[in-house]
Amino acid sequence: MDTLLSVENLTVKFRLRQGDLTAVDNVSFTLGRGERLGLVGESGAGKSVTGFSLINLISKPGFIDSGSIRFEDIEITRLSDTAMRKVRGEKISMIFQDPMMTLNPVLTIGTQMIETLRAHVGCSRRQAEAIALENIRKVHIPSPEKRLKQYPHEMSGGMRQRIVIAIALMASPGLIIADEPTTALDVTIQAEIMDLLLELCATEGVGLILITHDLAVVSQVTQRIAVMYAGRIVETGDTQQIVHRPKHPYTQGLLAALPQHSNRQNRLNQIPGVMPSLIKIPPGCSFHERCDLCQDLCREQIPQLNEKSSGAHVACHLAE
Amino acid sequence: MFAFIVRRIAQAVLVMLVISVIGFAIKSAVGDPVRDLVGIAVSVEERMALREELGLNDPLPVQWVRFVTNAVQGDLGHSYFFKKPALEVILKKAPATIELVLCSSLIIVLFSIPIGIFAAVKPNNFFSRLFMSLSIVGVSIPVFLTAIILIYIFAVELHWLPSYGRGDTVRIWGFWDTGLLTWDGLKHLVLPSISLSSIMLPLFIRLIRAEMKEVLETDYIKFAKAKGLKLSRIYLLHAFKNTLLPVITVGGVQLGTMIAFTVLTETVFQWQGMGFIFLEAVERSDTSLLVAYLVVVGFIFVLVNTVVDVIYGLVNPTVRITGRK
Repeated sequence: MDTLLSVENLTVKFRLRQGDLTAVDNVSFTLGRGERLGLVGESGAGKSVTGFSLINLISKPGFIDSGSIRFEDIEITRLSDTAMRKVRGEKISMIFQDPMMTLNPVLTIGTQMIETLRAHVGCSRRQAEAIALENIRKVHIPSPEKRLKQYPHEMSGGMRQRIVIAIALMASPGLIIADEPTTALDVTIQAEIMDLLLELCATEGVGLILITHDLAVVSQVTQRIAVMYAGRIVETGDTQQIVHRPKHPYTQGLLAALPQHSNRQNRLNQIPGVMPSLIKIPPGCSFHERCDLCQDLCREQIPQLNEKSSGAHVACHLAE
Repeated sequence: MFAFIVRRIAQAVLVMLVISVIGFAIKSAVGDPVRDLVGIAVSVEERMALREELGLNDPLPVQWVRFVTNAVQGDLGHSYFFKKPALEVILKKAPATIELVLCSSLIIVLFSIPIGIFAAVKPNNFFSRLFMSLSIVGVSIPVFLTAIILIYIFAVELHWLPSYGRGDTVRIWGFWDTGLLTWDGLKHLVLPSISLSSIMLPLFIRLIRAEMKEVLETDYIKFAKAKGLKLSRIYLLHAFKNTLLPVITVGGVQLGTMIAFTVLTETVFQWQGMGFIFLEAVERSDTSLLVAYLVVVGFIFVLVNTVVDVIYGLVNPTVRITGRK
């Protein structure tokens, strides 16, 4: 599988009055063409910031401090604003969290779909409209012709997220970044949207980076997982391997916290404590304050991602 | 949409009825039509007879119904000073005021939109800061002061522009005296329009900037950026169309307020419009004319607001849907 995206030592900082805050710390990962990767972690772990930095659209005062992001043969971090605009939507598309907020309320669905294509490809309105209709069919929405003239408020949340997916596909990108695409939706709709994403990535050969805190979803959709904690990747590897044989204590804790069908009456497991504030990440392993196995070494030295016996890369001094 | 328009018109009629009550109250409390009609030489008995004949002894509600019935037919009473129907006097002066308000609105629209958008998109730019500071100064100087300063600079010192009156006017459509078609008329319009817009323009710049800044923070603008759209399209279509909604609402009310503001501007510039006539009517206690002015201005206010609401419905698809139900 040839490489579509390779991120190396990416560090993203936010310039605050009391100093710089490191939201993403030395993150590296690669993605093959058509591959699906899950970025997992709790709120504030830096997954969304990582996602947005891939299209250089981090909210102010955030900025890419160092590292490299290569997409095909383009170095994203060095692109001019105009060249970056060409990448967004054409090579890398993004799906946002809340479909109620992502579509412009005063423009028709048709306008919002067609403009996406026309911003990148020189084609007539009519041609763009034909592709829009085709994409609405692809996301399984009935009577596409009618939809083009409708406004976002005339559709339900699930429907709007389908439209957002259809928009993301307009210019046939190589990669879609989906930032918690189902968090704002009903549970039943969540499954439908995930199935749709999975189906389209497979048929269109599009790579997917799925940002979520939902391990169950990730294990169904993605081939590989990267678990993030306090701005760093702590474990990455094959999805099935990580879900069934997690090596990092944090990943183990996350999986243990999932409700089990067998012992329904028991209290859910939880990881003690909270994730450290990004303003003062403790020295050494950022997870050591919450880790049962913590030793002196963990408090002093930041563990590097190393390949372990399972084949996964784990950033833990104690994992084997 | 049709149902929406019908509902708005019904509301407008209701507001006009309330205005008629106020107008009627002023008329019956302040004025004495008998005094307007006859001199001091008429005896008390004759006055009483005249009151009876004019229906002034009828119960107030009956008189009010008569007032409204007449008003609907275009009869707002007689101006005792001009010896003409009050409505005719007012309408004769209306073109002057309408042209003045129109020019001011034009100035406001032409300047507030580009400046407001620029200040929202580049909040830290030197010019944005300059315009924001100037707008505070603009809002705080009263219209009549701006007018006097303008007259001093451009009329008294520089002799560039005339300081009072409408200049040469041309009659079009048989009833409308316009100053827009002659060079002299246009020159006379400049200072009054600038003075009249001096309060509203900074207000609108600030309003557009504030609304636009809020819109630029939304997810759909970020999504538009993620789609790779050109910044010009994001600002001028995606963001500005959403900014317009609140601006239109405020704009309608302010347009009405501006018509009321012409009283000051017209007085300073001796502009022969409705506001000028109104002040004269107050000085002469010409009650009928006063009430006619009130009703006409109220009518324009309501009309403008209704039109604005309909335009709002056209811009905002959500309103259109509610109307369809």
